[in-house]
Amino acid sequence: MPAALEVRDLSTHIKLTDSTVQAVGNVDVTIEKGQTVGLVGESGSGKSMLGLSVLGLLPNGGHIVGGSIKTDGNELVGLTEKQLRNVRGNDVAMIFQDSQSSLNPTKKIGEQVAEPVRLHRGLNRAEAMDRAVEVLEMVGMPQPRERLKDYPHQLSGGLRQRVMIAIALTCEPKVLLADEPTTALDVTIQAQILALLDDLRDRLGMATLLVTHDMGVVAGRTSRINVMYAGRIVETAPTDELFTDMRHPYTQALLAAIPRLESDNTKALISIPGLPPDLTKPPQGCRFAARCPLATDRCRTEEPPLTGTDSKHLFACWHPVDGPVKKLATLIAHKTMAAATTEASGNHLLDLRNVVREYPVKAGLLQRQVASVKAVSDVTLHLDAGETFGLVGESGCGKTSLGKLIVGVEKPDSGSIKLDGNEVFTLRGKDLRIARRDLQMMFQDPYGSLDPRMRVSGILKEPLQIQGIGSAKEQDAKVRAILDEVGLPINALERYPHEFSGGQRQRIALARAVVLEPKVIVADEPVSALDVSIRSQVLNLMKRLQAEHNMASVVISHDLAVVKYLADRIGVMYLGKLVEIGTGEDIYRRAAHPYTDALIKTIPVPDPAAEKAKTEVGIKGELPSPLNPPSGCRFRTRCPLAQAICAELEPPLRRFSPTHQAACHFPLQEPEPAGADGTAGAATAAV
Amino acid sequence: MTEFVLPEDSAKIAEMQLGGGRAPAPPEGGELRAIQSGWKLSYREFVSNRLAVVGVGILVVFILFSFAGPHIYQTNQSLANPVLAYNSPSGAHLLGTNAQGFDEIGQLMRGGQSSLEIGGLAALMAIVVGTLFGAISGLAGGAVDWFMMRIVDVGLSIPYLLAVLVLATVLHSSVFELSLVLAAFSWLVPARLVRGEVLTLRERDFVWASRVMGASRIRLVFKHLIPNAISVTIVNVTFLIADTVLALATLAFLGFGLPYPLTSWGDQMANALQFQSEGYWWLLYPPGVCLVLVVLATNLVGDGLRDALDVRLRRR
Repeated sequence: MPAALEVRDLSTHIKLTDSTVQAVGNVDVTIEKGQTVGLVGESGSGKSMLGLSVLGLLPNGGHIVGGSIKTDGNELVGLTEKQLRNVRGNDVAMIFQDSQSSLNPTKKIGEQVAEPVRLHRGLNRAEAMDRAVEVLEMVGMPQPRERLKDYPHQLSGGLRQRVMIAIALTCEPKVLLADEPTTALDVTIQAQILALLDDLRDRLGMATLLVTHDMGVVAGRTSRINVMYAGRIVETAPTDELFTDMRHPYTQALLAAIPRLESDNTKALISIPGLPPDLTKPPQGCRFAARCPLATDRCRTEEPPLTGTDSKHLFACWHPVDGPVKKLATLIAHKTMAAATTEASGNHLLDLRNVVREYPVKAGLLQRQVASVKAVSDVTLHLDAGETFGLVGESGCGKTSLGKLIVGVEKPDSGSIKLDGNEVFTLRGKDLRIARRDLQMMFQDPYGSLDPRMRVSGILKEPLQIQGIGSAKEQDAKVRAILDEVGLPINALERYPHEFSGGQRQRIALARAVVLEPKVIVADEPVSALDVSIRSQVLNLMKRLQAEHNMASVVISHDLAVVKYLADRIGVMYLGKLVEIGTGEDIYRRAAHPYTDALIKTIPVPDPAAEKAKTEVGIKGELPSPLNPPSGCRFRTRCPLAQAICAELEPPLRRFSPTHQAACHFPLQEPEPAGADGTAGAATAAV
Repeated sequence: MTEFVLPEDSAKIAEMQLGGGRAPAPPEGGELRAIQSGWKLSYREFVSNRLAVVGVGILVVFILFSFAGPHIYQTNQSLANPVLAYNSPSGAHLLGTNAQGFDEIGQLMRGGQSSLEIGGLAALMAIVVGTLFGAISGLAGGAVDWFMMRIVDVGLSIPYLLAVLVLATVLHSSVFELSLVLAAFSWLVPARLVRGEVLTLRERDFVWASRVMGASRIRLVFKHLIPNAISVTIVNVTFLIADTVLALATLAFLGFGLPYPLTSWGDQMANALQFQSEGYWWLLYPPGVCLVLVVLATNLVGDGLRDALDVRLRRR
C-alpha cells in the first residue's frame, strides 16, 4: 500500500533578485496513514517551505527543482495549477500558525468552514452548513450551530485555532500539514489543541506532519521525528530513539539548549555558537560544520550523506555523537540561598505594596468610563539586591503591565513602589530621570525594540546621552566595552539594526539595558522571540552579565522553564493577581496553587516518556475577561477544586514555608498554621 | 548573601561539553552578515521603477532648463519691445515672442523658475510645519491632541481656493508671500498623516525603551518619531510640490498670480488666453505642456519613492 505522503529527494529553491535561496535540499519524508511525523527545525531551516512545496503554494520565485511528492501514490510535482487546486484542501490540508491572520475577518466562520466542501464536493449551502456544524463539533467548538454566524474576532485565540483545524478537516484530507499549529497560543491552550490533533488523527486516520521548532511539542505526539537544519534533514529516527540515542551533534545540542523545569539552574545551557548559514550561499561540506565543535577539515569540504546502521535511524554526520549530553558545565555556583528569609522589617531593594493598575475603557459620545481592565490587582512583592525574580503567567495576566509599573513608565492607581526606600512614581523631572538610571527594561520583540533609523553606536549611547553620563569619548569607550561583553564584534557599531539576526539584536537590547549599570533590570519575555539554539546563548549571557554586574532583575515570561532557569524566586500571576510566590523548587516541587500545578503539568517536555504519561489536559477553558474578573478567587472558573466559598471569598496569601506563599482556599500543600509565625495578614505583609 | 563564581567563556563551555575540537569557535554572537543598507535597497527598488526614473529625468531637465538655461540661451527679458510683439516661431525666436516682445523660451525659463521656487518653498514650509505639528499632536495625545487635530479639521473644511484667493488679494504677491499663502493650507494633510504614523510608532518598544531611559518628549520627537516618520514625509513632499505648482497655476489663471514683470507658467497661460482667437498658439501651449510634464513627473517620482521606501520598511 502506498504511503499517505511520500516525499523523495525534494529540492526547492526561491529565486530572489540576484541570488537563489536553496530552501530545501534533497529531502525525504514518508508518512503512513494514521501516523504523525514531526519535522523539527529552527526558523529558516526550510521546514515551512517543505510544507508549502507539498501544496504547491510556494512564495513568489519559489519552485521545485527536483524530486517527487506523492500522496497515496499520486504524483503532485508537475501538476497544473488547476489540478493542484483539486488537491489542496481536499487530499492535503494545512493548518497555519497564526489564526488571527489566516481567517478572513469579514466572513462568518460557518461560511469559512463550509467553503472547502462547497468547492470540492459541490454541496449546496444548507448541506455545507450541516457539514460545518459537524466538523466544528468534532474539533470541540462549544455550541457549534450558534457559533456559525460569529466572525473570527468574536472568538478567542484557542477557538480560532479550532476553526482553522475545522476548515482543514471539512473534506476529510488524507494528509494534514500542521505548520506550528500552537506556537501563537498560551501553554494551557496549546495542550488542548495538541490533544485535539492527536484525537482527530486517531479517529480519522489521517497522516499528519507536525512542523514545529519545539522539541517538547513533538515528543509525545509523533512516532518519528525529522530534524532539519539549513534545508537538509540531518537526522531522522523513531521518536523514542531520537531523544535517547541521537547521533547528530545538532540534535544533541538542540535538546540540551532547552531549559527544563527539572534542570539545575546553576549549570550552563548548551549553546550553539554562531548563526545558521546563509542559504543563498550554502557552505560546501556539512552545513552545520561552522557551528559544530566536532567539525574537522573533512566536514568543511565533503557533505556527509544521510546514512545509518539501520534504515529506521539515519543521520548525516562524519563524527556522530553517542546519545545526549552527559556532562554539563557549571555556569554560576550559588553558594547559599540561606538569607532568603529576610526579616519583615528588612530593607528591600525594590518593594511593591498593594499595587493596583486599571486601564479605563471609554465609550460613547462623552467618552465616559464604562469599565476598566484590571491589569494588576493588589500585588505585593519585593526584590533584594542581586536577586532574580521570575514572573510567569498566560498572556493577558498583567505581567507586562506589572513590569512597566516597576520601571516607572506606568503609574499605579494605588499602592506603593519603592526603590531603596524611595517612592518612584511620585518623582518628577530631573529626580525621575536620575531614578531611571537604576531601573532599566529589556523588551520582548528584538525587531521592535531598536530604532530602525539609528546605528548601533547611537542606540547604545542613547541612555548615556539622556542621562548625561561621561564625555563623548568616555561614552564611546563604554559602548565598545559593553559590546564586547555581549559577544558582538566592534564593527557592529556602524551597522543598523536590520543587519542583525534576532539573537544579535537581543544582545544589543541587553547591552543597552546594562550600559547604565542599573540596580534592577526588567526583562519582558527576553527570549520568546528567539530560536532555540539562539535562546540558550542569550539566557547564558543574561545570567553571566547579571552576576558580573550584580544586578537584580525581574524576568517576565510565559515559559515557566525559562523563568525557573533564570530566577531565584518565582511569582505566578493569574488575571492580575499574584497567586503564588516561592523559590523555584517551591513552585516546581511543592506547588500549592492548583493553577501553578496545572501550568507545570501542561508544559510540553522534550521527553517522550514523560509526555506520553500525561493523561489529563491540564486546565480547561480559557482566561476570563480582565474587564470582569470572577468574584472571589479569580481562578475558580477553571479550577478543578473550586467550591462555593471560592466564589464568595477571595483567598488571602498563606504561608507554606518562609519562602513560599499561595492564595488558595484548598491548597495542594499543607499551609503553616496561622499564628505560628504571625497571622496570615502579617505573612502577606512580609512578602 | 549570594556569591557568584564567574563563568568561563560560554563558547568554551560548549566546546568542552561537546567533546572539544580543533576548529576555532566563531564569535559568540555569530558573524555579521553583509546586508545591504536599507537606503541602498530603496535606491535599487527606485531605480528598477522605470517611470520614476523617467520622472526624475524630466524634473532634472526642467530644473536645468529654468535655472541654467538663461545663462546659455540669453535673451532680452527686461526691455519691452513692441516692435517684436507677437512674432510667430522663427529662426531667431524658436517659440516666437509675446505681447511685450520677449522671447517665449526665455519667458518659459523665467516662469519655470518662479513656479518651481514657489512649489518647492511652499512644499518645504508645509512639510516642516505639518510634520512637527503632527508629531507633537500624536505624541502628546489626550486633550492637546484633540485640540490640535480640530485645528486641522477646521483648516481642511475651509474651501481652499476661496481662502487662498482672499489671502492673495490682501498680500502683495511675491514669490515668498505666495509660497506662504499656499503653504498655509497645504500643511494640514501631512500633519494628519504624520500624526497617524506617530500614533503607531509611539507604542513601539524602542520608544518605550527611550522612555525607560528617561528621554524627554522633545528627544522622542526629534530622535525617534520624526526620523521614523520621514518616509511618509518624503513621499508627501513630492506630491505637495505637484499640488502647489498646480495651485499656483490656478491662482495665476484666475488673475491672482505674480505681478508683472514677474511671471509664472500660470500667468503666461492666463495672458495667452486673450489672444487665443488670434491664433497665437505658441503663447498658450508651451507653458501648458511644461506644467503638465512637471506635475506628472513629480507624481511619478512620488509614486516611485513610496514603493521604494515601503520595500525598505517591509524588509525590517
